[in-house]
Amino acid sequence: MVPIACYLVLGAILFSIGVAAFLIKRNIITVFLSIELMLNAVNLTFVAFSRRWSQVSGHLQVNGQLFVFFVMVVAAAEAAVGLAIIIAVFRARNTLNVDSIDLMKL
Amino acid sequence: MHLALFIIFAGLCVAGALNLLFQRHPINSALSLIVVMSSLAVLYLLLGAEFLAAAQVIVYSGAIMVLFTFVIMLLNAGREERTHGSKLAYIAGFPGAAALLGLLTFIFLNRRSSFGQAQLGEYLATTGDLSRVLFRDLLLPFEVTSVLILIAILGAVALARKEH
Amino acid sequence: MNADLHLWLIPLVPFAGFLVNGLLGRRFPKALVTTVALMASLIPALQVAVIVTKFSSLTLPYGENLGAWIRSGAFHADFSFQLDQLTLVMLCVVTGVGFLIHIYSVGYMAEEDGYWRFFAYMNLFLFFMLTLVLAENFLLMFVGWEGVGLASYLLIGFWFTRDSAANAGKKAFIVNRIGDFGFLLAMFLLIAHFGTLSFSEVFSRIGSHPAWQGGFLTAIALFLLLGATGKSAQIPLYVWLPDAMEGPTPVSALIHAATMVTAGVYMIARTHVIFDRSPFALGAVAIIGLATAFFAATIGIVQTDIKRVLAYSTVSQLGYMFLGCGVAAYSAGIFHLVTHAFFKALLFLAAGSVIHALSGEQDMRVMGGLRTKIPVTFWTMTAAVFAISGFPPLAGFVSKDEILYQTFVSPNGGKILWAVGLITAGLTSFYMFRLWYLTFFGESRAAVNDADEHGAAVHARSDTKLVLEAEPQSGHSHGVHESPWVMLGPLVILAILSIIGGWMGWPEGLGGNNWFSHFLEPAVKAVHLPYEQAAVALATGAANAPNASPAGNKQLELLLALCSVLVALAGWFVAHVMYFAKPELPAKMAAQVSALYALLRNKYWVDELYGVVIVTPVLFVARWLLAVLVERGIIDGGTLTAGYTAQGLGALVARIQSGNIRSYAGWLALFAAIVLAVSYFGWTAHLLAR
Repeated sequence: MVPIACYLVLGAILFSIGVAAFLIKRNIITVFLSIELMLNAVNLTFVAFSRRWSQVSGHLQVNGQLFVFFVMVVAAAEAAVGLAIIIAVFRARNTLNVDSIDLMKL
Repeated sequence: MHLALFIIFAGLCVAGALNLLFQRHPINSALSLIVVMSSLAVLYLLLGAEFLAAAQVIVYSGAIMVLFTFVIMLLNAGREERTHGSKLAYIAGFPGAAALLGLLTFIFLNRRSSFGQAQLGEYLATTGDLSRVLFRDLLLPFEVTSVLILIAILGAVALARKEH
Repeated sequence: MNADLHLWLIPLVPFAGFLVNGLLGRRFPKALVTTVALMASLIPALQVAVIVTKFSSLTLPYGENLGAWIRSGAFHADFSFQLDQLTLVMLCVVTGVGFLIHIYSVGYMAEEDGYWRFFAYMNLFLFFMLTLVLAENFLLMFVGWEGVGLASYLLIGFWFTRDSAANAGKKAFIVNRIGDFGFLLAMFLLIAHFGTLSFSEVFSRIGSHPAWQGGFLTAIALFLLLGATGKSAQIPLYVWLPDAMEGPTPVSALIHAATMVTAGVYMIARTHVIFDRSPFALGAVAIIGLATAFFAATIGIVQTDIKRVLAYSTVSQLGYMFLGCGVAAYSAGIFHLVTHAFFKALLFLAAGSVIHALSGEQDMRVMGGLRTKIPVTFWTMTAAVFAISGFPPLAGFVSKDEILYQTFVSPNGGKILWAVGLITAGLTSFYMFRLWYLTFFGESRAAVNDADEHGAAVHARSDTKLVLEAEPQSGHSHGVHESPWVMLGPLVILAILSIIGGWMGWPEGLGGNNWFSHFLEPAVKAVHLPYEQAAVALATGAANAPNASPAGNKQLELLLALCSVLVALAGWFVAHVMYFAKPELPAKMAAQVSALYALLRNKYWVDELYGVVIVTPVLFVARWLLAVLVERGIIDGGTLTAGYTAQGLGALVARIQSGNIRSYAGWLALFAAIVLAVSYFGWTAHLLAR
């Protein structure tokens, strides 16, 4: 008997750690990893709410879990494309440091 | 028992996440993330989402993280250098992240009574249940998602190709 | 009913002439420009002549409404013309003298590059002047009023490449503007009190309230007087007229002698209904007129430029007209206006002929002995000199004497006014004969006999600031010669008019029937004078009361006329002694009263006084307070501050775009937290401590 709120708080903690990692880390791949972490945290939240919804409505509700399904798919696609971009950037700039890729500054 | 399992694997998650944060080498961060994902899979099982638990291990840990590992290997990413690119990230970012955490925690804990309790074993969602909804009500998003994956593949190939 | 006189044609034909010559004249051959200009001034003159023949069969008042102009609530003003005796007199003067001067100008301006421009402006002036005279309401009159100011500016600054001419034009316009301001204030007061600007309505309403005296009517009258002093060059706004001599001589003749400067007198006569109700205003008119007359005459006696003498003479004679109006003898004032137009225009045109003969010389000190060389000019100018000095039976005598007589018999200190007026008449005679002797008699003192050079034969003398630069006359370099007949013809006609022009107003006291004042009487008879004045006026037979002068008045008139003639003779005698018999006398006298002489020579330093008291502070305010403080500081500063603020804020916000992913992430996190807080707690999220 675990209060669902605990799952939600866990999700919030993971998400914040993800944001912190995003802000701190200088290697672009690590930044991507932190994005995946954030997505996972969100997935956990979705599943927890899906359980709650099932409880509230009385019968099984799986829409939350299906949403997680789609999130996973999109995360996979995004990871593939993102890593391809990182490879292209690496080839052009020869560095993986986020701070040196700032050509779009005003 | 539910509680014990939850606490162990929640602790593993947080530990893994913190390790991701504090490790210098990206490969270590990647491996920590795998730990996080696996623990999350167990948590999904505790919440009755058995298909998702499997998908988490197979797709996330097994495919995506492997992809990450290969790219790290390919690019020979080494230890991070210390550069100071943006003070702003610290000035604006940390308060933001902290605020987010604080807010969310506050909201959830404030209303924990309305969230109820999770029992082990009830409301188990089988693959059949999922697929019934997926292929009936959510058929269009499913098809669109497959197109999305196709585009992603094409994009990844086009981007990562060596220039001639 | 009345036949349609097509009054609207009278001003519009000159306007058409202005358009044609102004827009196309540059490319016309000179003959075409001349034709257009002369037709544009002849046709109105002919039309006026036709109207004169039809006049007795008209029922007055005759008006023509050409259309609505302003319709705003209860106030409306129309483009409407009117014709009565006063207007007819003014029309005759403006078109008649105007046409003669146009003919003269054909000869005088013959070698100017801006020939077409000159005639365009002259026609423009005619248009505005005729509008002014024909107007049936204050607003349309003001249009003409301002317009003649504009034409005057354009014509004074005709040789605009000369600084002095351009400055003189500006000065005339600006000083006129001050007067126009008074006119405007009067119009505002009229609208406030009467709700209309139409002459007939205002006057009839005043007429039906005999109890209205003074008060707001005095205010209106005084503001109108301010306007009149500006336009007619009275104290304190006369300073532009002497400088206006920078313009070509025909301009001085037409605008600054015969027509524009008389607009003020015309206006006072036209609005006499208002003035009659305000003894204070009438007194102001009389005193200003008399003071100006005397003041200008004293300046005129020591001027050395021939046109300047005539300018101050004009100011002085206008003072006489004001004096006449100020004692409610409006027809006398108008009569002097008419005769003055004849002889003053003649004087200016003859002076122009002299200047033309001497290839641009204007300083009388280097003239002399021209009597035999330019005889026609001499004789016509002689007629004018005798006329203005007041010798019977010439025109000036009749009109000036009429004014002096009316002044003498007017209550409230008329005798003192008369005495000063008499002295001024003596001064007038003196300086005119001085001019006559210096110009035409004695040995020729011309410094440059050989006039091969281009016409600027006078160099500005350092000891006097009053000598104008000579009018640029190109190519006249064959010694002293008489002017062509195109210039002499108008001189002769005007001379004849100066001689016989007074006969239409020959006073009853001297055996005439004073046809002129009876003719004008319906238009300008003073009515509803303040009660106490009216009673006295009736008793003494003043104010154009027809056939009411007892025999005693006839004697008085004869006596006063005799005084005038004696004074005129005295002036001639003194001038004869000083400038003909003993020509070294003036210099000796000047040395003896050098301070007084310097005072008069420098025109009482009035221009300098205005410069210090008025111009300098205004310039200071404009250059420092307004230009620096307000313009640069407040206005520029305000707009620049707005601009800089926008720029600064923009620069500040642009720093978000650093190109650095982590900073973007930082902003994202921050604002995500804010959005979350706001959406959960509502807009009162800042009141978290609840």
